[in-house]
Amino acid sequence: MIKITINGKVTEVAAGTTILKAAAALNIKIPTLCNHDLLEPYGACRLCLVEIIDGDWSTVTTSCNYPITKEIVVETESTAAVRARRMVLEMLLGRCNTSPELDRLAAAHGLQSSRFELDYDDCILCGQCERVCREVVGANAITFAQRGVDRVVVPPFGEEAEQCIGCGACVYLCPTGAIQIQEDGEQKIIDRWSRVLELKYCKSCGVEVAPVFQCDYFQKKADLPTDFFDLCRDCRVAQR
Amino acid sequence: MKKIENAAQLDAYRQDCVAERDPDRALIAVCTGTGCQAHGCDNVVEGLRRELAAAGLDDKVEVKTTGCHGYCEKGPLAVIRPEGILYQRVKEKHLADIVAKTIAKGEVLDKLLFFDPATKARIKLEKDVPFYKLQERLVFGDNAYIDPRSIEDYIGIGGYKALAKVLAGMAAAEVVAEVQAADLRGRGGGGFPTGRKWAAAARVESEVKYVICNADEGDPGAYMDRSLLEGNPHAIIEGMMIGAFAIGATAGYVYVRNEYPQAVRNLQCALDRARELGLLGANILGSGFNFDIHISKGGGAFVCGESSALIASIEGEVGEPRAKHIHMAESGLWGKPTVLNNVETWANVPLIINRGAAWYKGLGTEKSTGTKIFSLVGKVKNTGLVEVPMGISLREIIFDIGGGIAKNRAFKAVQTGGPSGGCIPAEHLDMPVDFDALAELGSMMGSGGMIVMDDQTCMVDVAKYFVGFLKGESCGKCTTCREGLQRMYEILDKITSGTGTPADLELLEEMAPVIQQASMCGLGKTAPNPVLSTLRYFRDEYLAHINEKRCPAGVCKALSAATQA
Repeated sequence: MIKITINGKVTEVAAGTTILKAAAALNIKIPTLCNHDLLEPYGACRLCLVEIIDGDWSTVTTSCNYPITKEIVVETESTAAVRARRMVLEMLLGRCNTSPELDRLAAAHGLQSSRFELDYDDCILCGQCERVCREVVGANAITFAQRGVDRVVVPPFGEEAEQCIGCGACVYLCPTGAIQIQEDGEQKIIDRWSRVLELKYCKSCGVEVAPVFQCDYFQKKADLPTDFFDLCRDCRVAQR
Repeated sequence: MKKIENAAQLDAYRQDCVAERDPDRALIAVCTGTGCQAHGCDNVVEGLRRELAAAGLDDKVEVKTTGCHGYCEKGPLAVIRPEGILYQRVKEKHLADIVAKTIAKGEVLDKLLFFDPATKARIKLEKDVPFYKLQERLVFGDNAYIDPRSIEDYIGIGGYKALAKVLAGMAAAEVVAEVQAADLRGRGGGGFPTGRKWAAAARVESEVKYVICNADEGDPGAYMDRSLLEGNPHAIIEGMMIGAFAIGATAGYVYVRNEYPQAVRNLQCALDRARELGLLGANILGSGFNFDIHISKGGGAFVCGESSALIASIEGEVGEPRAKHIHMAESGLWGKPTVLNNVETWANVPLIINRGAAWYKGLGTEKSTGTKIFSLVGKVKNTGLVEVPMGISLREIIFDIGGGIAKNRAFKAVQTGGPSGGCIPAEHLDMPVDFDALAELGSMMGSGGMIVMDDQTCMVDVAKYFVGFLKGESCGKCTTCREGLQRMYEILDKITSGTGTPADLELLEEMAPVIQQASMCGLGKTAPNPVLSTLRYFRDEYLAHINEKRCPAGVCKALSAATQA
């Protein structure tokens, strides 16, 4: 176990624990828009900046991907850390004005607006959608393309995301609401990924089960009986 | 081909190579580096061979195709040995005379000699030409003596001697200690002590370790690494082998841009020859050391020169940086301990082993030892590659070796360190060039780019150019680099278009330190340098653009039109 001091509070953590996690355990909240407990640290949004102080030396670094390997002192609200976070927020605000979460964080840092001319995009490239699809769902339906400010998350070749199972994990995690899922008649549609999925209905009661493609995906992945998803959960339990 | 199985056989082979190469025999060494290729050196080589054959001299005089000699301004270059006569800007129309007069009769062709504008005299010998005279070409000099496609040439000038010395009588720890003692610092940009990297990787226990050569040179106007790889690939291979032995690696990768076709070809050829002779592969020189090198070709993304992005690219992933809180010495390529050094760094290694750390430390300054190859370009008379001892002044490089400013205009600034380096003004021309002095001036050594600018250069426009380059090369993963550089560019564009305000300047200065601190990799962390250094030394130019709507250098079109009106 390694001793760590964050904002004057002392605790001990296992080697390799990130500063962000150690802080959370101390009830110290560090803002982030790209980190999620289920996903590998990524370090894209740069909001979780903190200052590490070691005597006369100090550095501002992201806390989400910084593994604690020796005793360190961290300040999350130092002048340098707050100033840097404010600038990052101002940059993000200059890009996107549709995220309540981003607006709330900006306000908390005393920012009402950005000095940068709004260059509207509803995506802040946090990459949670791409990572949850790859790391958790395993569908790998979308990916990053282009670089610099042209960077985007897209399905392969910008066409329909043929591997998308319509699980909605990306919709759920997106901090800006850029990804929406809709139902239209017998279809589920994720416009952003040009994905249209036919729905499957319970053969017994007629209730919606899930998209056909998703049922097939899980049936194969879990090696379930081929007729497993013919029934909804309730009818399946009732038949047992 | 029979394999060389031990150090004694290598020595015997070397004797053969030397015996076949009579130093007194007439030889014409023609530079066939990429620069001279563009000047048409292939026709010169072919033509010389044709003329020699016609004169019945082809079995007496060899035409050697070498790598880059460095004096690119004057290409195509031909050096006639053993005298060492330098002919410059050799064209096809000169070839008959070269053979009939110089080769056959020993007459020197005045019009092809270097003309020294200072003394108004023609200079006959390469070694007396000011461009070469003031250099210390320890790493780069061999280029002019060997055909990069001939391993015999390399062995003949003492190649693989350092490897034999290491394998025959040095412990791995001794090799690391020697490089540490030499204080060799990374030539790729950071200037991190090479020996310390090696020691860290050597300490980690692992059956698999890697060495990597970073040949993803991408700075505009810089081509040191290309010319080394093209002209002397075996030196890099030998350096990597020594490093691999020192840290216990069994495989190496050279990550080279695919836009360097000749470098890739010559390296591939060198690897093939070394394998044929048994210098790469299993049980090298009977020592039990196994090692081989693979080429990994990059697609031309600037960011792939950044070590973590480079590794991602070798692994087949998208070339994007990863957080570097865990050192590569512990977890690098495929999670294994890895040492990554730049081309020029690797090429220095055989030199250190052959001549010793104490000798090496005698070159350069206390904290920056050895020599450095610079790519001297821009508004300078002698464009080319120069190798000088660390600590030499910028003035000596630009004015003595470089011959001063083109068209005799006034010097304004020199940008060192590539696109994310800083612009250094005239008042600091006498600063010694080393890692720390350049950093103090707000610039950096980088990989050795040196772009000279004259008084017709607008420094705001220069900053805009480099930020524009970097924003285009930013991978876009992290907010500060992606959004920050775009916004910096927009502001600089505003200023050069005449709509900048004092608030814009404030915003630039507020953003810069955050981009430096908060960006994920070296690209973003150093990207504000061109803006910060021009603000530091040429603030009045920014103010003239903003307050007086005037571009003092007359470069910014929107403003010069306004001034005239």
